[in-house]
Amino acid sequence: MPKVTIDGHSIVVPDGTTILQAARMIVDAPGYIGENIAPPTMCYHSKLKTSGGYCRSCIVKVSKGSEKDPRPMPKLVASCRTTVMDGMEVMNTTSPEVLEARRGVVEFLLINHPLDCPVCDQAGECHLQDLGYENGGSKTRYDFKRRTFAKIDIGPFIKLHMTRCIMCFRCVKAADQLTNNRYQGMLFRGDASEISTYIEKAIDNDFSGNLIDVCPVGALTDRTFRFKSRVWFTKPMDAHRSCTKCSGKVALWEKGNEILRVTARKDKWGEPESWICNECRFEKKNINDWVIEGPRHIDPHSVISLNHYENVVATMKLDVAKQQKQLADKK
Amino acid sequence: MGKKILLEHINVPGIKGLEVYRQNGGYASVEKALKTMAPDAVVEEVKKSGLRGRGGAGFPTGMKWSFLAKPEGVERYLVVNADESEPGTFKDRYLMERIPHILIEGMITSSFALGAKTSYIYIRGEYFYVSRILEAAIEEAYAAGLLGKNILGSNFSHDIFVQVGAGAYICGEETALLESLEGKRGNPRIKPPFPAIAGLYSCPTVVNNVETIASVPYIVMNGGDEYAKIGIGRSTGTKLISASGHINKPGVYEIEMGVPVEEFIYSEEYCGGILNGKKLKAVVAGGSSVPILPADLILKTEKGEPRLMSYESLSDGGFATGTMLGSGGFMVYDESTSIVKNLYTFARFYHHESCGQCSPCREGTGWMEKILHRIVEGHGKAGDVDMLWDIQRKIEGNTICPLGDAAAWPVASAIRHFRKEFEEYINHPERIRDKMPVV
Ligand SMILES: Cc1cc2nc3c(=O)[nH]c(=O)nc-3n(C[C@H](O)[C@H](O)[C@H](O)COP(=O)(O)O)c2cc1C
Ligand code: SF4
Ligand code: FES
Repeated sequence: MPKVTIDGHSIVVPDGTTILQAARMIVDAPGYIGENIAPPTMCYHSKLKTSGGYCRSCIVKVSKGSEKDPRPMPKLVASCRTTVMDGMEVMNTTSPEVLEARRGVVEFLLINHPLDCPVCDQAGECHLQDLGYENGGSKTRYDFKRRTFAKIDIGPFIKLHMTRCIMCFRCVKAADQLTNNRYQGMLFRGDASEISTYIEKAIDNDFSGNLIDVCPVGALTDRTFRFKSRVWFTKPMDAHRSCTKCSGKVALWEKGNEILRVTARKDKWGEPESWICNECRFEKKNINDWVIEGPRHIDPHSVISLNHYENVVATMKLDVAKQQKQLADKK
Repeated sequence: MGKKILLEHINVPGIKGLEVYRQNGGYASVEKALKTMAPDAVVEEVKKSGLRGRGGAGFPTGMKWSFLAKPEGVERYLVVNADESEPGTFKDRYLMERIPHILIEGMITSSFALGAKTSYIYIRGEYFYVSRILEAAIEEAYAAGLLGKNILGSNFSHDIFVQVGAGAYICGEETALLESLEGKRGNPRIKPPFPAIAGLYSCPTVVNNVETIASVPYIVMNGGDEYAKIGIGRSTGTKLISASGHINKPGVYEIEMGVPVEEFIYSEEYCGGILNGKKLKAVVAGGSSVPILPADLILKTEKGEPRLMSYESLSDGGFATGTMLGSGGFMVYDESTSIVKNLYTFARFYHHESCGQCSPCREGTGWMEKILHRIVEGHGKAGDVDMLWDIQRKIEGNTICPLGDAAAWPVASAIRHFRKEFEEYINHPERIRDKMPVV
């Protein structure tokens, strides 16, 4: 079993573990204190085979290849698609080169993104918001017209808004791996490429709703929830029901006594713990349909959690103080 | 006159046909290999020859062959990369068009060495007429018992298929090529696994350029050591150069590795000097992806030594003052050329050809094109050159396949060596517009 060191933290992992998985294992280990050294992911999804490798936001520097061959790897590598070797040493948050390259990736992902967060249902649980917030710049340097597409309905439950898509391929893989008829895929090439059902065919099967959950941005949204509420005004509750098609374990998003939305339970990495069926997701919006387990724990990485805001305000205050001091020193 | 291996018989009338080709020594390597050599012995000769891949990266071919996994009961494939889409490169077409049997011969001999029962030629869509030439040659070879079951009475059987692509540059990248060959969208695969382990239909596969495979017959006939004597240092053998641009004699030349660049440009044997007696301004030495070099740096290295046509000499000085041999697409620019406009043309190409899988290349290539477009149109802004520099830097090395690098290098090198020209465009668009001819 190989031993890998990431940003100074070592762990022994099973053969075939990727750098990203190892980093998450370090952070998840009981008693771990320290910052989150797991690289951010936009396209990798642990429950979707062959996912990852596309967005490049998880790139890291391998400063030592392995015990046997200690040479560093010549380029930054996608941590989600690189398996660890015994003795490997990896730099993520400790490498300025990685942080700089990641800033580049964020910028690339954003230049054609509409940044319409104020009207986007995904806002508050959007991985691109988090990524941009944690690794991006505060201004755009892109002053050309942005790419846009018309919105389309793929079936009665899902809205596809290609303009917001970042080409992570998660929905394509989910459709491929969860259902037996995949109708959608990538059309065209380069920055003209789009995810589409080609002839705007409805995606119609019992598990299609999961495409919404795997989409890291607001490109695939729940038509039954559109514009009903900002997510941070809703109350997430763990609940279950006995379902013949899926586990029936869901998260309910309530406002008062009303269920506005049903989603899978997402873990701290933003990935659904288990897939849920369309009946649970779209048709059971009555409180009596569910056995409520209690409030859902929301990880601090999300703006839904108040904590995060407090941290932000605290660091902002620090920043301002620092800048004021610098100004004063200059004078 | 330098040694000719690939083009030795190119002007023999009828060399396109099997009969004349055989009269000139053709298919002797198949006889020799199948009847007198073990497959591994062929691989050994190729290793000794020092032959390096002619598709652009220059990876040692013998080493690539020896990496091929050989699990029991699993097919192995040889795939010939005839996608030739790198701007400025047209040597594979010349070879396949004029002397198609040299490729077929090379494929049979190489497949024997690799233990491949089937091989493919993946050829770019625009070369549809060349594919017909190849098909005809393959048919002739079948009729002569050089392909099919028990070739020349041996127990080696082999089939060759030609697959025409749809005209995408990215399908020249070996894993995108394999995807396309399998009938899928030509997106590069994420590596590892490498084709030598899991290539076509997940079977061990060798992908080689047309010219690489066409060099194998000579190596088998004359021995690897003999081949290694040609050329200079680790750049052994001969190389086809596609010469184009402002020269008196554009065309495909076979050179012995190590010919001085100056001789290649100015001698009557090769390019015959600059068109209309003008002065040389710059050269892109190995296809549009490699760094452009100004006249002084292409003729002499930074240390003042004459620059030679070889892998090592062309890359002497790294990217700061050197370039790469690449695919041998040698584009010459005279003093009237606008480097900025030329770069814009390249940038447009890479934007158009990006597959769209990975973020830096998908978004970055389009962004660079847009900035260059506005500079060329006379609307450039003060920070544009720095921004271009920064964008290319963030693409390079951070993509799934080397197309991202290929899009970044021309931008980086043009800025590195011709920054003043960009600034002239931005600060005095009116002057530029009158002076520079439209490319
Ligand atoms: C974007 C891109 C385009 C390429 N196009 C070609 C091509 O048209 N022909 C070719 O032989 N190699 C091309 N290559 C290189 C191939 O990936 C591969 O390295 C080559 O076919 C290996 O053959 P060789 O070892 O004989 O050079 C390309 C690579 C990239 C990244
Ligand atoms: S570098 Fe460009 S062409 Fe290569 S995989 Fe990425 S998007 Fe596709
Ligand atoms: S998460 Fe690894 S490349 Fe996207």
